[in-house]
Amino acid sequence: MAAEKSPVLFERTSALTDKVTNYCPGCLHGITQRLVAESLDRLGLADTAVGVSPVGCAVIAYEFYSCDMVQAAHGRAPAVATGLKRARPENTIFTYQGDGDLASIGMAETIHAATRGENITVIFINNAIYGMTGGQMAPTTLPGQITQTSPYGRDVKAAGNPIRVCELLSSLDGVALAQRVTVDTPSNVRKAAKAIRKGFEYQREGLGFSIIEVLSSCPTNWGMTPYKALEWLRENMIPYYPPGVYKDVKAGE
Amino acid sequence: MTQEYRDLSEAKELSILLAGFGGQGILFAGKLVAYAGLLDGREVSWLPSYGPEMRGGTANCSVCLSDSPIGSPLVTDPDVLVAFNRPSYDSFIDKVKPGGLVLVDKSMIDVCPLRADIRFEGIEATRLAEDNELSGLGNVVAVGKLLQLTGFSTVPQVEIAIEKSVSAKHIDLLEFNKQALALGFAHQSEADCAR
Amino acid sequence: MSEKILMKGNEALAEAAIRAGCRHFFGYPITPQSELAAYMAKRLPKMGGTYLQAESEVAAINMVYGASAAGVRVMTSSSSPGVSLKGEGISYMIGADLPGLIVNINRGGPGLGSIQPSQADYWMATRATGHGDGHVFVLAPSTVQEMADLARMAFDLGDRYRMPAMILADGLLGQMMEPVEMPDPINPADLPPKPWATTGTKGEREHNIVNSLSLVSQVLEDMVLERNERYQRIKEVEQIAQLEHTEDAELVVVAYGAASRIARSAVNAAREEGLKVGMIRPITLWPFPTKAIEDVCATAQAFLSVELSTGQMVDDVKLAVSGRRPVSFFGHSGGIVPTPAEVLVAIKKALAGEVFHILPFHSKLEAGD
Repeated sequence: MAAEKSPVLFERTSALTDKVTNYCPGCLHGITQRLVAESLDRLGLADTAVGVSPVGCAVIAYEFYSCDMVQAAHGRAPAVATGLKRARPENTIFTYQGDGDLASIGMAETIHAATRGENITVIFINNAIYGMTGGQMAPTTLPGQITQTSPYGRDVKAAGNPIRVCELLSSLDGVALAQRVTVDTPSNVRKAAKAIRKGFEYQREGLGFSIIEVLSSCPTNWGMTPYKALEWLRENMIPYYPPGVYKDVKAGE
Repeated sequence: MTQEYRDLSEAKELSILLAGFGGQGILFAGKLVAYAGLLDGREVSWLPSYGPEMRGGTANCSVCLSDSPIGSPLVTDPDVLVAFNRPSYDSFIDKVKPGGLVLVDKSMIDVCPLRADIRFEGIEATRLAEDNELSGLGNVVAVGKLLQLTGFSTVPQVEIAIEKSVSAKHIDLLEFNKQALALGFAHQSEADCAR
Repeated sequence: MSEKILMKGNEALAEAAIRAGCRHFFGYPITPQSELAAYMAKRLPKMGGTYLQAESEVAAINMVYGASAAGVRVMTSSSSPGVSLKGEGISYMIGADLPGLIVNINRGGPGLGSIQPSQADYWMATRATGHGDGHVFVLAPSTVQEMADLARMAFDLGDRYRMPAMILADGLLGQMMEPVEMPDPINPADLPPKPWATTGTKGEREHNIVNSLSLVSQVLEDMVLERNERYQRIKEVEQIAQLEHTEDAELVVVAYGAASRIARSAVNAAREEGLKVGMIRPITLWPFPTKAIEDVCATAQAFLSVELSTGQMVDDVKLAVSGRRPVSFFGHSGGIVPTPAEVLVAIKKALAGEVFHILPFHSKLEAGD
């Protein structure tokens, strides 16, 4: 007698490979990466998707996504995505970038892809630190935050101020969607999933540049347990980088 | 007036430098010469001055016509200088090869220091064009005169060159260009043109 | 066969690229290559292609990287300082085995230098277009016709060997007009497929990855060595040079691009005086035509490299000659184009047995320097 099949409530998304990720315990990359993959799956875009991995902790994301993947030079993901999209506009193009990649060395590429209204989706992981290189000050490192290269805390007089990317990009006409989310709680994960889906939907509709900024933790380089890191994120990052929709061309509809 | 000048119409190689202000159509005039050479089946090259040089308001271009492959397209010592203004004349007159030719637009250049070893010719190209309701085509009038003086090609060939070179946007100017060419070609040199 | 028309070198190259099936151009304004970009801006949008003026040279080359990854024929053009900036992207293209055409309308350097014709980027083009162990094809046209012909060849070679290809020209060739006969156009749809390209899996295959990273040293070494084998194969079969009057030449002048035009005038003048002088004109700078030089070593007594630089290709001439014959150098830098008369003087010195490295500023430099 055949066993009665139990209903499937949860399964691996086919937009990810079997590869075990290299992310540290407690890092929120894993959740975000999965949300991106799920969105592609649910929208039926995985077969036409081409992702661009950055230089940073997600550098080998090309091994994790089962769609076609291109690895880009540091900061150049939006330019590479531009080339991919212009060559094959029918494909779904996304970049997956960290704060150093997107907001420091690649700021020109970010702003210009945004202002061109380049029809791509940018997933931006903001964890206020350079993770892969071992915890240096990032463009989004908070004032007073201690890192390897701001050992006395970020002194804004000497090192300048952090950049609020969504706010900055929201003034550009080419931007269809600029939204900041976090993935620190189950309900926030659901909100983030919705935002990421929206980004891909906007691309499908040809509305232009979409960016979803995901506030993330870095327990390893922050020197905290995963649990403490989430607390630090809520107490320090969220006040400085408030989640919300900064630009949505369909907001009135 | 016994000075011997080269018969440029027989030259296997002819290097021409055209120079003047930006806006006088120097590069276009050069292109007509080069295109006629192409139509005649010769080797030709055309090289403009470019970059900041152009910003100061002067323009010049090098044109070479030859029966064999052209080496440097940059004309530093021309067989022929066509000068459309005084600064260009002053800059290049000493570079003209002995036995060569200088043709000046006399409406732009009145008195010039002369060289005994080169042939000097003048035409009031700009004024002639204006008098004949061909304003702005002094450059083509000068090409007509150059054709008359050097025989670098023939009138029908230069007319085709005009058809090839006038852009679609200015197609209505085609006939005027041909008239300007004819005007220059028919121009009678004055005996005292050198004064 | 199409009619010969009069075209600027920059425009002829652009038209030939389109006829080679290139529909995507990413660039940044810089003199003296402007006509090339302007031509593309006019033509490509009308044929369903992309002309995009990027925010920087760096972005432009990375757009080329992206479009090439997507499997299309793509190009960028720039001039020396801009090509320095593209070094990063070119290195990534080499590392990811991506084809693509990079045009360098070489101007004087270093730094902002000048905008006049120069060949001072020979080293950059042939030695280090970017970091790492790698090469790009480097093709050197000397006429407007070759600006067109080599554009086609650059795309073909790049696709065949999965390598970037560079056309190294200069302001003289870019700005001048000469008669040119355009090659017949290729429909991009008729180009050979690129099964490695990231075109979207369509659910029909495993995912393709375009990547230059390898964190496992042995894997990276294997990749580098495979690429190096490809380079060796290319050196065997893809060298191109034009030989003129070399059969009985006692002195062989080696010159490429614009310098070869001046050198040819000087060589012809020398021949008219009864001097036994020939010329080798490298058309591929990488791979350098060493075989042509080795071959004439049997008869030539000496070599003279003529360049618009302080002496860069002369290194490759010396490597090819390998000490068998003396190699001299004559050149101008800073955007000055030498005259045939100057080159003829150098030719006569070399024929007289002198070995020299002459620059106009200190033309008395000691032999062998």
